[in-house]
Amino acid sequence: MSEPLSPVVVGAGPAGIRAAERLVRAGLRPIVLDEGQRAGGQIYRRPLVEDGRSYRGRYGSEAGKAQRLHQAFEALLPQIDYRPETLVWNISHSERGNQLDILSAGVHRQVDFSHLILCTGATDRVLPFPGWTVPGAYTLGASQTALKAQGCTVGDRVVFMGSGPLLYLVAWQYMRAGARVQAVLDTAPLASKRHLLALAVHAPRIVALGVFYGLQLQLAGVKIRYGVRPEAVLGTSQVEGLRYRRRTPAGEVVESIACDALAYGFALRAETQLADLAGCRFHFDERDRVWLPERDVLGRTSRPDVYIAGDGSGIAGADAAEISGELAAMALLEDAGRASADVARLVAARNRILRQRDILEQAFPFPADWFETVPAETTLCRCEEITVAEVRRTIASGSITEINRLKALSRVGMGRCQGRMCSAGAAELLSGACGVTADKVGRLRAQAPVKPIPLNFGGGKPEAWS
Amino acid sequence: MTRRLSVDVAIIGGGLVGSSAALAMRKAGLSVALIDKGYCGAQASGVNYGGVRRQGRPPEQLPLSQRAHRIWSQLGAMIGMEAEYVRSGHLKLARTEKDFAKLEAYAETVRNYGLGLELVAGSALSKRFPWLSAQAVGASLCPEDGHANPRLVAPAFARTAERAGATVLELTPVRAVAATGSGFAILAGDDIEIRCRQLVNSAGAWSDHFAAQFGEPAPLTRIYPSMVVTEPLPLRLPMSMGEQGGSFYGRQVARGNYVMGGGRGLPLADPDFSRPSVKAASSVMQRAIALFPHLADAQVIRFWSGTEAEMPDGNPVIGPSETTSGLFHAFGFCGAGFQTAPAVGEVLAELVTLGRTTTPIQAFSIGRFRKVAVETAASL
Repeated sequence: MSEPLSPVVVGAGPAGIRAAERLVRAGLRPIVLDEGQRAGGQIYRRPLVEDGRSYRGRYGSEAGKAQRLHQAFEALLPQIDYRPETLVWNISHSERGNQLDILSAGVHRQVDFSHLILCTGATDRVLPFPGWTVPGAYTLGASQTALKAQGCTVGDRVVFMGSGPLLYLVAWQYMRAGARVQAVLDTAPLASKRHLLALAVHAPRIVALGVFYGLQLQLAGVKIRYGVRPEAVLGTSQVEGLRYRRRTPAGEVVESIACDALAYGFALRAETQLADLAGCRFHFDERDRVWLPERDVLGRTSRPDVYIAGDGSGIAGADAAEISGELAAMALLEDAGRASADVARLVAARNRILRQRDILEQAFPFPADWFETVPAETTLCRCEEITVAEVRRTIASGSITEINRLKALSRVGMGRCQGRMCSAGAAELLSGACGVTADKVGRLRAQAPVKPIPLNFGGGKPEAWS
Repeated sequence: MTRRLSVDVAIIGGGLVGSSAALAMRKAGLSVALIDKGYCGAQASGVNYGGVRRQGRPPEQLPLSQRAHRIWSQLGAMIGMEAEYVRSGHLKLARTEKDFAKLEAYAETVRNYGLGLELVAGSALSKRFPWLSAQAVGASLCPEDGHANPRLVAPAFARTAERAGATVLELTPVRAVAATGSGFAILAGDDIEIRCRQLVNSAGAWSDHFAAQFGEPAPLTRIYPSMVVTEPLPLRLPMSMGEQGGSFYGRQVARGNYVMGGGRGLPLADPDFSRPSVKAASSVMQRAIALFPHLADAQVIRFWSGTEAEMPDGNPVIGPSETTSGLFHAFGFCGAGFQTAPAVGEVLAELVTLGRTTTPIQAFSIGRFRKVAVETAASL
């Protein structure tokens, strides 16, 4: 008999649940640590209190997948060590081996692991504009979370702005939920949507759904605009509207629209701090203009005992996440000499989704002009309250060419969010100022704790649980 | 294409020592090249706690420290920014009567150096420092000690030196260095050749590598601070804190964050990088709450560490090489170089121009380690 395995899965979304399921099938009892109160992740987030809505009502076209994933998790529960509401805030070494530092109910503990599968998911990618921190301005993901988990909307008259497939989906969900959707303001030009035609060949369902959401919104009289650039949130203590520019055949026009809430986002960004703290090697992903942990097709990282799956290893969506979670577990089992399985079918399925995703992203291109058009007075780093102007000044006066140096001299990325919200914008500003591509300015190094922890976290004595 | 430079002095290492030396040497009219493998002030000079502290230093460091104290008072005029420098006072706590006796003995030892130490004990402590819990039996206050933002100071010295005419070469590792008879030849970066009459080795934790090339082994070890930062909180802690024994130090920065340290971090696989240890950080966090009950509900948002150099006797190496004419060393500040570094820069400028300095530095001679090595060899 080989060494006992003590695998830990971080995250109980689509990737984490499928990874745990595969480990259980091989006779293991993984520890599953999740920050959420209930398993399901962001996309299949479950309500804290049942509110009478059906799966169909809550998850729409994805109801079947949500239900299957939740049922799979319920079936796993007796066979896993599941710890909800648990933050993994550090990865460390000691004489004892590898540990995760976790925080649960305000208490710090350390969890040993032989193998780690990181399924840490994604958050909205934020590109600041004047007023993005005014109460009433939410990210697209947060707006959707409010609806799914709490059955409420972020406002009555809501404007949706930004880019990415979530833009139309969440707007449509809000309309269905009874909110008055004032407009969908797409930062991508209409011409970029031609890529959807190419996508329709490979993934007719995705395109059909997208077109369906768009048409339903239009039929309901919702204003849809393309090539939009936000100018400013109107209102100072509460969102009262949005002023924006857009290109028209007659030239650029500035328009305003009234609303009491704004939902915005520019696609998603992978949560990679734990992979960084684990010492995984990173590479620059051109498509998403972001540094990601290196991974092979199964999810092996550069560190032999750490695997990665789901959107935390690169944005590919929930279906790919489920597959990659299972693949990462299969790689782990194979590496530990426990099982070898035929992965070809799953790898092919995931690759198909990745190819579709590449096309889909072209329909929602990144607003590459952001760094030069964002107004100087915009707050870039909301934790440290640093404006775009201050960042530009620091870059110029210190001849800065590297992102960690920018952090040291400007405080950008030093606050509560540790750069999770501001680093995309900071990297764009820096690379733009230096006249280089975003990969040339380096990667913000992660520091523990990946999210704030209480100073008083249990007397400072970590107790390993058995 | 190869870039060729010829300067009076080349300085390897753009930390606060090297940067302030470059500025002092430009003021003395010398041509200077300041060379750093990364960015100026990004290692120990930038990642240290930020204490601008004389109290607690061994007496042999105090003349240098007092000289630095005068420079710090001119900081804003010198580098064009205050860098959050405040003479807040440094309060060193004693947990026990025995520790307090040590503080008393120290105050007596350094009585003639002009630190102006005040000893406070018993009930006077809570009267004078009401923000402190009853965790200490006494304390020693150095009213004119303080703190500054280490991330800003050294880069500002380097930029000021550059504006004053120094050639600052960042991201330029020194690949080879050798004495030429009339000076030194350096190969740096991809294709930079530097000739200089005199050479300063202020490469911090990397200095032993350069000293060894001139036949001067330096018993340098690397140390890694373990720092904890809270979220910004209302300003309440008016001074920089330390403890006899050194297990806890803390200050509240202008932004409101409490910056606290104690214990040591751990190197990563690449020993140029390190992380705080959870054990050390936990101990700092526990002590912080004991000392400052108002922090009970605070959140920690960030740890940090870095690479510093320590010498076995707790003193730095400052002064001329004993093997190579024209070479000067300044490294190994043992986690306490931030305050003294600007004076070290001036001392180095005196050494390269005059061959002597007005500040006593005999205790910091690199030769002290050669003697130890010889004695050890003899006793075997």
